[in-house]
Amino acid sequence: MLIRSLRDEGVKYLFGYPGGAALHIYDAIFRQQDVQHILVRHEQAATHAADAYSRATGEVGTVLVTSGPGATNAITGIATAYMDSIPMVVISGQVMSHLIGEDAFQETDMVGISRPIVKHSFMIKHPSEIPEVVKKAYYIARSGRPGPVVIDVPKDLTSPFETFPYEYPEKVKIRSYTPATRGHAGQIKKAAQLLLEARRPVIYAGGGVVQGNGSELLTNLAKKLNYPVTNTLMGLGAYPGTDPQFLGMLGMHGTYEANMAMHHADVIFAVGARFDDRVTNAVKQFCPNAKIIHVDVDPASISKTVTADIPIVGSVESVLSEMLALILEGEEKPEEGAIASWWTQINEWRERHGLYTAPRYDNSGEKIMPQDVIKTLHEVTGGDAYVTSDVGQHQMFTAQYYLFDKPRRWINSGGLGTMGFGLPAAMGAQMADRDAVVACVTGEGSIQMCIQELSTCTQYHLPIKIICLNNQALGMVRQWQDMQYSSRYSESLYEDSLPDFVKLAESYGHVGIRVTKKEELKAKMEECFAMKDRVVFMDISVDTSEHVYPMQVAGAAMRDMWLSKTERT
Amino acid sequence: MRRIISVLMENAPGSLSRVVGLFSQRGYNIESLTVAPTEDETLSRLTLTTVGDDHKIEQITKHLNKLIDVVKLVDLTEGAHIEREVMLIKVKAAGAQRAEIKRCVDIFRGQIVDVTASLYIIQITGTSDKLDAFLQSVGDASILEVVRSGVSGIARGEKVLSL
Ligand SMILES: Cc1cc2nc3c(=O)[nH]c(=O)nc-3n(C[C@H](O)[C@H](O)[C@H](O)COP(=O)(O)OP(=O)(O)OC[C@H]3O[C@@H](n4cnc5c(N)ncnc54)[C@H](O)[C@@H]3O)c2cc1C
Ligand SMILES: Cc1ncc(C[n+]2csc(CCOP(=O)(O)OP(=O)(O)O)c2C)c(N)n1
Ligand SMILES: [Mg+2]
Repeated sequence: MLIRSLRDEGVKYLFGYPGGAALHIYDAIFRQQDVQHILVRHEQAATHAADAYSRATGEVGTVLVTSGPGATNAITGIATAYMDSIPMVVISGQVMSHLIGEDAFQETDMVGISRPIVKHSFMIKHPSEIPEVVKKAYYIARSGRPGPVVIDVPKDLTSPFETFPYEYPEKVKIRSYTPATRGHAGQIKKAAQLLLEARRPVIYAGGGVVQGNGSELLTNLAKKLNYPVTNTLMGLGAYPGTDPQFLGMLGMHGTYEANMAMHHADVIFAVGARFDDRVTNAVKQFCPNAKIIHVDVDPASISKTVTADIPIVGSVESVLSEMLALILEGEEKPEEGAIASWWTQINEWRERHGLYTAPRYDNSGEKIMPQDVIKTLHEVTGGDAYVTSDVGQHQMFTAQYYLFDKPRRWINSGGLGTMGFGLPAAMGAQMADRDAVVACVTGEGSIQMCIQELSTCTQYHLPIKIICLNNQALGMVRQWQDMQYSSRYSESLYEDSLPDFVKLAESYGHVGIRVTKKEELKAKMEECFAMKDRVVFMDISVDTSEHVYPMQVAGAAMRDMWLSKTERT
Repeated sequence: MRRIISVLMENAPGSLSRVVGLFSQRGYNIESLTVAPTEDETLSRLTLTTVGDDHKIEQITKHLNKLIDVVKLVDLTEGAHIEREVMLIKVKAAGAQRAEIKRCVDIFRGQIVDVTASLYIIQITGTSDKLDAFLQSVGDASILEVVRSGVSGIARGEKVLSL
């Protein structure tokens, strides 16, 4: 009943791991061919892979785990998806109904444990309700502000010995759930007006534009107006990274030009972005002269941290297309003179301290600079790979230097910042597009959090390329210790205990490449990507003391940044 | 400011825990909470009182509305409304105290619902302020036990919170 429902929902892949409470379900999987199961090596990886599948395709990723430890292992991945508003359905086996509440073997209150990190959850009470619950779960996961949904299924309710008439519902209606779609017409009009009157506008676009398929509309709008665009970490790819109107990422590790433009803007057009604290810095000092238009499908995102002058609750797709129509049809044009001098100002910032125009790090020495690895990766992959990442300095360098021209290509954990995300996420992306080039940029710290998935890659022939920026440290932690704790490296170093990653990769049947010299980087990277059907692990020794810059000065305004170890705005 | 938020939600397993969880998860406080099924048994009506500035209350109502099980809600304190709380209180009542307490109960329009030689059980209905006032006038010394229902409320006039 469950697997049939999944098939009828259009689910192609299930990422999961079996166990007692899920065995009836696993038997049903065995006896059909429509839904393919991917056996991971740890349930956390199943959730990250399904999550990345969803990020890459826009479809809802699906996870299947058993009760107890299977369910609790999935928690980190559910929280990761929740924080980044990714649609996902997690089916967890549960002990038999009559044992619930008795501390039965492998019993965990999954609905309870997952409650704060799901959009909604269901506990199946009777087998006959399975099709309807499945339908509702997918609908809730993907509509409105997307998010993970848990379905907890007691073992006895999936028993093959009991059968019920099966019908998969065509439609769902949930009387208590009516997510917004179209924005308020009057508000959209007001917003278009304000946008056209702006003299120093910035378009601040986030993950909602990527997930809500609004990239093309956003690009058209920005092009039409000739306004500068900045993306959040989650929004990268929503606007083409190599376009001259793109200012780069904003926020804590955003570019000088993006943060300066935000601080001095008179109108900020925020779309599908949630004014995260990693973006705004101190809210009280945030963009003092700006009027804010905020488009978000979730009313609770609007005016949560920064008050919006023109709030619009609606999906980016519908709001942007209405707005674009208004601007295309209307007589009014942007203030050309003002916009031209705004660009003069922005270009001056760019020339002074820009990430792509001024040298922002010193690569004259012997050492391989992590930034150069990312630039080389961009070059070798033609800027067109799916790039997943883990969490740390390598993640920020990738966000800064791999200029994503397309949405859904950049897959990382922003809201929760989950180390261990990168490798399983790469598997999910590769499942989404079997022919695509998929690279996982990671650190020697993060990769060890889900390293076991190298085995899954072998089983399913997922030829992922792992680009490990090995700086011999929990680099991001060390950077903070350098900056705030007088370089007291408390527990951020490994004392020569790192494994030989090349041999490790080889033991899984993969190829390992070690890079220690600057001159060989590009050739070895090319060699790596030429092995199209192999998993390749590139262990690249990079400068161990490099920091990520710019970095906003804590507790200050957007424009207050460290530009290097010694230079401040 | 103190607010009374009235919520109509699915009478489904887990829906109450989602409301309560939301408050602890986001650091909002609940002063009182009452919940019971309505005349339509698929729906529950929940009334909660909380304190916070306008920004916080706006976030609370938005997040409550986001819960899938929540059908509708209203902040009763935004308009004219009636609020009631029921209190049962067990007090020492011996000798001269008996008449004194009886008088107090009459003034507050309460009822004595159980009597023994040495104590009364009193029932009082009204706004929370009135119940507080009653407790004060009886005095800590004679109070043995207090049970309050938490606030229930309804908007005055034509406004109706229903499907
Ligand atoms: C080490 C580290 C450093 C970081 N540094 C930075 C940094 O320098 N800069 C930075 O930007 N971030 C940074 N982050 C990430 C940060 O924590 C947040 O995850 C990120 O800023 C949030 O991005 P967002 O605002 O685009 O929101 P998202 O989390 O992507 O949320 C999307 C928003 O869009 C809405 N939405 C979703 N779908 C739709 C739709 N269809 N229509 C309309 N609205 C929709 C949602 O309701 C939500 O409000 C960092 C993270 C880590 C781990
Ligand atoms: C699961 C988890 N634990 C701890 C952290 C805190 N943390 C953030 S970055 C980081 C260091 C990551 O080291 P590495 O993967 O080597 O990346 P680098 O910063 O060196 O590039 C740590 C420990 C986290 N984000 N996730
Ligand atoms: Mg490291």
